[in-house]
Parts: sequence; structure tokens; C-alpha cells
Amino acid sequence: MNDRASRLLLLGSVFVIATCGLVYELIAGTIASYLLGDSITQFSTVIGVYLSAMGAGSWLSKFIDRHEGWIFVQVQLLIGLIGGCSAALLFLLFPIVTSFRVPLYGLIFLVGMLVGLEIPLLLRLLKDRIEFKDLVARVFTFDYIGALLASLLFPLVLVPHLGLVRSSFLFGMLNVVVGLMSAWLLIPRGPKRRLLSVSGFLLLGGLLVGFIASERLMAWSERSAYTDTVIYAKSSPYQRIVLTRNGADLRLHLNGNLQFSSRDEYRYHEALVHPGLARLHTARSVLVLGGGDGLAVREILRYSNVQKITLVDLDGDMTRLFQTQPLLTRLNGNALNAPTVSVVNADAFTWFATNRQRFDFVVADFPDPSNFSLGKLYTTTFFQRVRSTLEPGGALVVQCTSPYVARKTFWCVNETLRASGFSHTAPYHLYVPSFGEWGFILASDQPLVAPLQLPTGLRYLTENSARNLFDFPPDMTAVPVEVHRLNNQMLVRYFEEEWAHYVH
Amino acid sequence: MSTDWSMIPASPNNDRPSAHSHRSTRRQFLATAAVGAKVAATIAATATGSAFTWAGCTGAPSFGGEIVGPDRVLGHRLRDRDLPAPDTSERHNVVILGGGIAGLSAARSLAQRSIRDVVVLELESETGGNSRSGITAVSAHPWGAHYLPLPGPQAPEVLQLLQELGVITGHDALGRPIYREEFLCHDPAERLFVHGRWQEGLIPQLGLDAGERDQVSAFLARMESLRRSLGSDGLPAFAIPVDRSSQDPSLLALDRITMAQWMDREGFRAAPLRRYVNYCCRDDFGTGLTQVSAWAGIHYFAARSGVAANAPAHSVLTWPEGNGWLAARLREQVTPAQIRTRHAVFGIRPHDHGAEIDVFDATLGRSLRIECRALIVATPRFVYRRLRGLPPDSVAQYPPWMVANLTLHSRPESHGMPLCWDNVIDGSPGLGYVHAGHQSLSSHSKGTVLTYYRPLDHAEPSMARGEALKADWSHWSDLTLADLSVAHPDLRGRLERLDVHVWGHGMIAPSPGFLWGHRLTAMTHRDGVVHFAHSDMSGISLFEEAYIRGLRAADAVFQQLQTTA
Repeated sequence: MNDRASRLLLLGSVFVIATCGLVYELIAGTIASYLLGDSITQFSTVIGVYLSAMGAGSWLSKFIDRHEGWIFVQVQLLIGLIGGCSAALLFLLFPIVTSFRVPLYGLIFLVGMLVGLEIPLLLRLLKDRIEFKDLVARVFTFDYIGALLASLLFPLVLVPHLGLVRSSFLFGMLNVVVGLMSAWLLIPRGPKRRLLSVSGFLLLGGLLVGFIASERLMAWSERSAYTDTVIYAKSSPYQRIVLTRNGADLRLHLNGNLQFSSRDEYRYHEALVHPGLARLHTARSVLVLGGGDGLAVREILRYSNVQKITLVDLDGDMTRLFQTQPLLTRLNGNALNAPTVSVVNADAFTWFATNRQRFDFVVADFPDPSNFSLGKLYTTTFFQRVRSTLEPGGALVVQCTSPYVARKTFWCVNETLRASGFSHTAPYHLYVPSFGEWGFILASDQPLVAPLQLPTGLRYLTENSARNLFDFPPDMTAVPVEVHRLNNQMLVRYFEEEWAHYVH
Repeated sequence: MSTDWSMIPASPNNDRPSAHSHRSTRRQFLATAAVGAKVAATIAATATGSAFTWAGCTGAPSFGGEIVGPDRVLGHRLRDRDLPAPDTSERHNVVILGGGIAGLSAARSLAQRSIRDVVVLELESETGGNSRSGITAVSAHPWGAHYLPLPGPQAPEVLQLLQELGVITGHDALGRPIYREEFLCHDPAERLFVHGRWQEGLIPQLGLDAGERDQVSAFLARMESLRRSLGSDGLPAFAIPVDRSSQDPSLLALDRITMAQWMDREGFRAAPLRRYVNYCCRDDFGTGLTQVSAWAGIHYFAARSGVAANAPAHSVLTWPEGNGWLAARLREQVTPAQIRTRHAVFGIRPHDHGAEIDVFDATLGRSLRIECRALIVATPRFVYRRLRGLPPDSVAQYPPWMVANLTLHSRPESHGMPLCWDNVIDGSPGLGYVHAGHQSLSSHSKGTVLTYYRPLDHAEPSMARGEALKADWSHWSDLTLADLSVAHPDLRGRLERLDVHVWGHGMIAPSPGFLWGHRLTAMTHRDGVVHFAHSDMSGISLFEEAYIRGLRAADAVFQQLQTTA
């Protein structure tokens, strides 16, 4: 290869290094924003760490006295490996590690430092082949053009078409290819070059597998199921917990079913809690069944008369997530860490067998009765147990799916509550954009006649709108249904029938 | 055996028979969606680095297990009379031989009447008889009888018992009992594996032609009309207990032919129907429709007359440990010191004022002689005949059974209808399995226990028994898995334990002529101070029969003690 060609190639590698470096930086910034929220802080800190790491790398280059070519190629391969795997690694680590920021900034620093090391080494490699002023001008020109290319490619091509994980693997491969080419250029034929070539090809193969697998694994599984970006996915012993994010909209899915959208969850949770609790002026103790996201608890914490909140949710992974992840504690106002709240991880049905406490208000916020296991939590046997733990004058509220889509299901819960001994039931409903028309039923032994005293700070409910919740238009009024019992599971059968029709 | 074992007849007035095909289509849709989600979740788990093992790909993981049940060494010593002579003696008011349902029922009844000094002698290490149960780390499970149909008005004693036990909590305005719903068999109750997938209900729905369908409906309609019919004496044609059934000769004549002959006569020849009825006979009596009397076969479908305020008429009561729950409740009212397990009786000598009993205490390794004023023999009759040195009764047959309990760390996958209480594989040599975790109230338990039932009716009972008692654990384990793997290829990978119980003498099989011939009537007569209490006196092994026989024996003993006192 002639000198001109090799010069061009080395300068081209500056271009690739710069592009790849910035792509990794953008990927890290985006993932951090997705996972931790607050994109301004995330991007600003990621860029800061990256640039300072580059500085550190440049400074470190002075300790390299010999074998610049050998080291240059090795560093190039290393960037390919670390940068290439960075996105997959970050998604993988997020559910596992307690402090996500350590691996996040660690990875960014490592990549930044290695990129920072490359430019001075390259300058030194080329210093005898090009005049210094020319060299500096060209190297930095390629460097900054590479940055421009990356900043355009990233939002326009990479994220929409490849996604973060594949983009990162792709650019890792680019780094390795450049490394291999530089090895042939800079290292004389011999065992050293063979070593670099072999490790380069191995890396290339590994990254290619990652690239293909990431498409198959990420796209095929959750990404295809969710239109939004999956930012967290974990299989707890009980369910698949998936968080997705689309702009400001954060969504929680359990086993593929939407639990809330941060855009409108306040409508759901205000309606779940306040129509009942705002009429129980002396309520002191409240029980929440299910609701491990802490959003119902957030609403209950608005009442100064409530002194004790017990949350019973099966899944410890779920409650821990909503106790620790900043994005989620911000959403639930850190409700699950409030001093008046005690979190119990237990199966609600079996928990009643050991419970000795009594409650003024019980919130049953379980997933929809979509299978026979969940159906048990809506049976006469279950509601009778709830009823026996209520203080005199207390009330229960149950989330009961959509009275519009699943009309029989909704009214079946009402019949079941009555058959369980509740002499007063008050069905109501509201519109939650991400869910559609949604229904709840308040059940008590005496009618809740006390005036509604809503707490301040609500975004949806007013005394007026709260009154209107109880009005049912003709397409949602009661239909004749059977009582849901353990031995007939009518509710699950209605639910399946109605939602299956709706899906088709 | 205290009650029939692993299914309930689908009543033609089932609450939800409509649109079967419709529902299964939706079910299939949901099931497929669920499987899809699971596959996706597994793949995602790999992608995100969660724990993932290639279950099934690394070869069969090992699982443990054992043959539990009868103490064979003791059994052999008993048969060979290889027992020491009694070296001490005791006196007791009443001795009850056998701690099954009949024995416990008698003991409890005597305790309620403040009859003191009653001793129950049980050969095994646990009481319960055919209602015995076990427990693993995952769940309690039955070893035999596992459910009780809602008792009808002919069995007021059983209704009374259920009220005392809190199973019946009250009555509605029509006088119908209100049952504690956690004890009623939860929905979904039954499914059948047929043509490669699970369908809801045990009566085949898939792949039947119109003629076969008509026969199934006609058969069920016929059973329902027999269920409602009365004999010429005004009594129900078929009742539980059996001896409260009508004595109308035209009905009793059904006892002289087999179920197969009756079905031939009535034109019920459709193969799927015959398979279903054969399954029911094997399930209830341990032997098929060519062996069982038509009266007994029909009794299975037409004798259940229980109603409930809060459940349909064909419902059953069940518990994770099966009828072990009932056995435990009966035992609760008997003073523990009165129950002596691992006690093998090897001699009975009735005399004018009572009886003398020789019994070997296997725990202490010594024998004692017990003198009692009254004796209740609550063992199967063949045991008593053996003890008295009488020749075996050639007509009363007790086909052997095998029951396996499979402890799983996770539930098997299902194509079609999800896991039910009773799960039957069409055309299998076994009777399928009952899911012990079905009655659990917990909505998320992963591990569970499946109880697999298999009557060993491939050969004549004594031959099948001889083979069965020789077979080792791996034989039963292979037999069980070979049968269940047809529907659950993934079962082996989920197994933690597989325990086996071989019932050398299972339930009594009512062959033609047995129920309403002279032999059975003769069996019920007391023999001086020896009173009998066992379901085989009814010719059908049901909890209700055993329980009521126990009460009657306790009554007779009470009378005897009153008159002699």
C-alpha cells in the first residue's frame, strides 16, 4: 500500500473513531434518560463525563513511549468491544444493580478515555508522514465531521430503524473493522499481527452475533409487543414486569397487560380512592390489596386522618421497584416509603387467614380477572373475608374492568359483592384515555351518606364530577348476571367472552 | 374405599353447556396468546440475562420418590402368623378394628355419646383407610378417596356431619344447605385430553359425529330421568346410602346384568360413549363396564340427589388432601390415646360376654391380649374372614390400584383448556390425575402436586395384585410417566418427587348379583357381640356408606352396652 493510501486510511479511521465515540455517547445519554428520566441532567452529565474522560485519555497517552501502532490497534479493538456491547450491557444491568449510575458512568468514562487515547496516538503515528500544521488541521477536521455525521445519523437513522442495542453493536463492528485495517497497515507481518487479526475477527463475529441476536431477542419479544421503548423488563417469580417509555409517557405492563400510563393514571387512582375515602371522615386505617405501584397509596396519603396504610402485594420485586427507582418514586410521590405505610408481600387471599387488623377502608386493586387464578380474588369467599375485616361503617372499593367493554363482568362483580353480604353497593365509572371507560364499585354495610370532602391538589375529581361518576348511560347499565363463586368462576367466563369479542 | 375416585358425572342439566365449540375457540385463542407471551418472556429473559436454564435440553433431571403405604414386612409376618404370643392383657369397653372412615365414624359417635374406654386398632401407621392423605413441601394430597358429592336427603347423617364440621354454614329460605364455598370444587373442574388437546369437561366433544353426539345426549338424559325416578315402593330408584334405594324388583333386576349388557340392550353403542362410561366404571369401582353390574353402573350417574343454595346440584366437595380432610375431622373428636396405630390383630375369639383379641404392637414388637365387651369390625370383610379362618369370598373382589403423587416445581404446559381439578387422558390405561393445588386459595402458587390414579384391571385381581406387590418404584414411575407424557411431554423436567402407593385391595367391585343377592344382606348381620361397619357391606365404596355404617355400628354397640349394663 502506498503512503498516500495509508495516510488516507489512518485519517479515515479518525473519522470512524469520532463517529463511533459520539454514537456511544448518544446511546448512553438516551438510555440514561429512558431509564432514569430527566433527560437534561442525563445528557448533560453523560457529555460531561465523556469529554472529561477523553481528556484523561489524552493525558494518559504521554505514558506510552513505544509501540504506538500496536497499542493504537488494541485500543481500537477495545473500543469496538466495550462500545459495541454498551447498550445491551446497560439494559441488562439496569434491573440487576442497585445503583445504575455506577455502570453507566463507568462505561462512558471507559469509552471516552479510550477514544481520548486514540487521537494523540494517531497524531504521533502520522507526525512523520504529514507536516504538523497540516496534520492537526486534518485530524480535527475528520474528528468534527465524524461528530456531525453521528449527530445526524443517530436520531434520523439509527434510533428509528435499528434501535439502540443494534446501533451499538453495529458501531462496535465498525470500530473493529477499522482496527483490523490499521493492524495490516501499521503492524509488520508476524505473530503480533496474526494475534491482532485473530482477536479482531473473533470480536467481529461476537458483535455480529450480538447484532443478530439483539434483533431477534429485543425486537421479537418485547419490542414487538410494545409500541413504546422498553426501558425495564424483569421476570419476578410471579409475573413479567415491563416498563415502557414514549416521551413523557411511562407505562407499566404486567404480563403484557397495561397497568397504568403516567399520562392519565391520576384519573384512575383519584377515582379509585376518593369517592369512598372522602366520605369516611374518621377513617384511620386503610388496606390496599394489589396496587404495588404505590399510586393508590399516594392518593390515600392526602388524608391526614388516615394514620396507618397497609399495602398487601404479592410481588416483592414490584414493590421494591416502586420504592427505589427514582423515575417511579417520583411518580408515586415516594408513597411506599412513607412512615405510615407498611408493605407486606403476600398473597392477598391467604394473608387474610393470618390478619388480625381491622380497616375502615379497603381498596382492591387487582389485575383484571383474566384467568382462573386471578378470578379467585373476586369471589364471594374473598369478598366475605374482606367484609369481616372492615370496621363498622367501613367500605370496600373494587376495580372492576370496563363496564363498556365488559358489561356482564362489571355487573357480575356488583352481584357478587351483594351476595357476599354487602347491603349497599355503588357502581361508578369514568373515562381514562389509556384504558377507555373504566368502572369501580363501592361496597358497604350502610350507605355512605357523609358529605364528600375531597382533599386538595386533585387533578381530575371535583365535587361535581365525583357526583356524575355514579350515573350510567343506557349502554352500560346493569344486565342480569350470575354471582361469581369459586365453584363457577362466572366472572372469568364473562370476562373472557367479552374481551375476546372486543379484541376480534 | 370411601368414595369413588376421580371424576364427577357431567350432569345434563349442567349450568353451562351452551356453545361449547364457541368457547373452546376463544379459549384456544387465549391459550395460544398466553403461550406466545411465555415464549416471548423466556426469550426476553435470555436477552436481559435473567436466570434461564435449558429445561429439558440437558437430559432428564433426576427426581426422588418411594413406595409408601403398607408395611410389607409386617404384612408378611401377619400372613405367615410369624408373631409372638401375647404376654400382657388389657380390658376395654369397646374395640374398633380399623381406623378408616367407618372405624373413625363409629369411634367419634361413641365419643359423642360419652362411651368411655373405646380403642381403635389400626394396622397402618396412619388412620384414614382409603381416605388417607399425605403432604409434601408443596401441597397436601390424597392417597385415595378425594371428594364427596353434595349429600342428598337420603343421607341426613352426612348432612348433619357437614353441618357439625362447618362445611354447611346455614340454609336458605327453600331449606337448601349453604356450603362453605372454599370447600366446593373450584371451577374449572374437569378436562379431557383428546385428539392432542385439552377440552373442557370429560365427555368427548371433539371429533364426534352427529349420531355419537345424539347417543351421548340420550344417555345423559336417560341417567337424569333415572335420577329423578321412584320405584313402585315410592323410594328413589337409586340412593346413597345404597340400602335406602327402592326395592322395586324391576330395578333390582339391573343388578343381574353387566353395564355393558345393559348398554347393548338399550342401544348405547357409540364408541366414545362406551369409552366414557367405561372410564366412569373404572374410576368408581376399579373395573370396567364389562365387569360391573348395571345397577351399580347406573347408580354412579343416578344416585346423587344433593342440592345447595350456592352451587349447582352436581357439585362436589373436595380438599387438597382429598377425603383425608374428612378423616382428620372425624379423628379430632376421638381422644388420641384411643387410637393405636401399627397394631396388627391376628386373633379374634367372640364369646357370650364379649370378645378376646390378640394384637401385635409393631412399634414395641410385642403382642397383647385385649378383652372387650363389644367389638366393631371396621375392616374390609376379607380381612375378617381371614382372621376367623374362613375361606375367602370368591364373589367379593377388590381390584388392586396404584396411586402416584407427583410433586412438581412448576405446572405443566397445556394446549387448550388450562389445568383443572380432574384431568383425564382419553383412552389411557390410567384415570388421569387430580390437581391437589386446585383448591388452594393462593392465586400464585407455582409448584403443585398431581395425584395419578390407575386401577390395575388389566388382569384378574389376584394375579394383578401379585404382580403389583412385586414391582419396584422405577416400574411405577416409568408406568406413570409413560401415561402422562402423552399429554405432558414436559412433565419429567418439572418433577421433584414421584411417590407411589399400591393398594393391594382397592375398592370393592360390585359385579352382577353381588349388590342385591343374598351375600350382601348376610354381610350386614351382626355376629354376636361382633358388629360390622364397612362400606363393602354396601357393595359400593363411598364415604357416605362407610360413615353411615360406622354410625349404625356405634348405635348397635350403644344399645348392647345399655342392655348389658
